[in-house]
Amino acid sequence: MGVPARSVYLDHAATTAVHPKVVEAMLPYFSEKYGNPSSLYGLGREARKAIDESREKVAEILGARRDEVIFTGCGTESDNLAIRGVAFANKSRGNHIITSSVEHHAVSHTMAQLNKYFGYEVTYLPVDRYGVVNPDDLARAITDRTVLITIIYANNEVGTIEPIAEMSKIARARRIPFHTDAVQAAGSLDINVDHLGVDLLSLSAHKFYGPKGVGVLYARKGSAFLPMQTGGSQERNRRAGTENVPYIVGLATALTLAYGHLEDNNRRISQLRDRLIDGVLKIPYSQLTGHPTQRLPNSASFTFQFIEGESILLNLDLLGISASSGSACTSASLEPSHVLVAMGIPVEIAHSSLRLTLGRENTQEDVDYVLGVLPGIIEKLRAMSPLYNTRLAQA
Amino acid sequence: MYSALVMEHFQNPRNVGVIPDPDGVGKEGNPVCGDIMEIMIKVKDERIDDIKFRTFGCGAAIATSSMVTELVKGKTLDEAMAISRVTVAEALGGLPPVKMHCSNLAADALHKAIEDYRRRHNGGSAGS
Ligand code: FES
Repeated sequence: MGVPARSVYLDHAATTAVHPKVVEAMLPYFSEKYGNPSSLYGLGREARKAIDESREKVAEILGARRDEVIFTGCGTESDNLAIRGVAFANKSRGNHIITSSVEHHAVSHTMAQLNKYFGYEVTYLPVDRYGVVNPDDLARAITDRTVLITIIYANNEVGTIEPIAEMSKIARARRIPFHTDAVQAAGSLDINVDHLGVDLLSLSAHKFYGPKGVGVLYARKGSAFLPMQTGGSQERNRRAGTENVPYIVGLATALTLAYGHLEDNNRRISQLRDRLIDGVLKIPYSQLTGHPTQRLPNSASFTFQFIEGESILLNLDLLGISASSGSACTSASLEPSHVLVAMGIPVEIAHSSLRLTLGRENTQEDVDYVLGVLPGIIEKLRAMSPLYNTRLAQA
Repeated sequence: MYSALVMEHFQNPRNVGVIPDPDGVGKEGNPVCGDIMEIMIKVKDERIDDIKFRTFGCGAAIATSSMVTELVKGKTLDEAMAISRVTVAEALGGLPPVKMHCSNLAADALHKAIEDYRRRHNGGSAGS
């Protein structure tokens, strides 16, 4: 099969390489400063200090109080904790939750379980063809029984950014807690909780050059909240379990690095993204998915009619390019992406989806390499497709 | 996740295309994920003289299509009818469990093409 000419990682929405400075900051906390932060002696105090400082850094970027920052095991845990924590704490007030139809599975599968086993009613707000939720739909969906609203900040599949501030205003007027899954947004968008007006926010370190296995849930002071993990009094009784000190240090370091050069990074990455989008859309019967401008700076997603996504991914992989797809054939459930379907994209077109997400190590040469090989791959697969040939015959 | 042989067929699929004047055509859709496969055959003396396919599907669907055409080229119609999805998957050195359904496409489309030929053949020249 031969070694590809180049190796280009374009799946930063899946995960990122840990930044060398992050690794460096984490290392002392494995075998040197290994104390349990709950211990009173020097080693323990040293670990406690590292957590306190990390919390301070995260709180500053969120524009939050330190005691509103809860360290968790990942973004999925943060989402689960926010949703169940608020829903169960407010059980006496009602059993209605509002979310969108384009959430990450960490949210949507939690909703499905709450509905099936705990009697919660869930309203899934529709989206337009760009994947945007209409705040008017949210206003109309609220009832006296609504105890939680949770809407994704930026979509992981198509990169569309939702009007969170507008929607949280509606929630606040009705005194309903508002959570946002900011896992894909953190590291490139403003996550100041007062700018967003949210009561809860989830993020995950490995999406912004931090380690896997650590996340944050921001929970505004005063919001009713039932912990899901009980035990010791860590994280002010909201998440029991010995703190993962090196990973928490890693998360805080990565977040600080990301927000230190935010504008410069975003400008550079979005220029690469636009070059990529302009180039890819020259391919016939290709389409951009998600919002043309209200999208993550690093995210480019497409469909290429008449062919299937896994075949595109395999061909890209043979040429050293890592990417992802929402095709039914690439998912374990063999179902097409619920996000693309919610946006009104027909199933057979969702079949051909391709997501390319850029990151800090990508260069213009990487983009040009992809633009050089992708048309040939699409062409080759279309030549094999009965749909494409039929289309040509009809034309 | 795919064997080297699957990847080899995926990269260099055999017998891709259409036959301008086929003796039999079989088309099969995959109810699981919505993929489509089409096989065309030319028959001579009850043997598959030529065969071509086109597939809209995943890597496994393309590789099994390619493999099935290679397996039956030159074989008698009865031999070709005996080919099952298991035969195809085994010839490729196995498929991941989640991809076994893809090999149905190839086997079923082939069988349909043969049935189509037999229907046309019997209906068209009853005396022969
Ligand atoms: S054709 Fe869809 S999984 Fe193989």
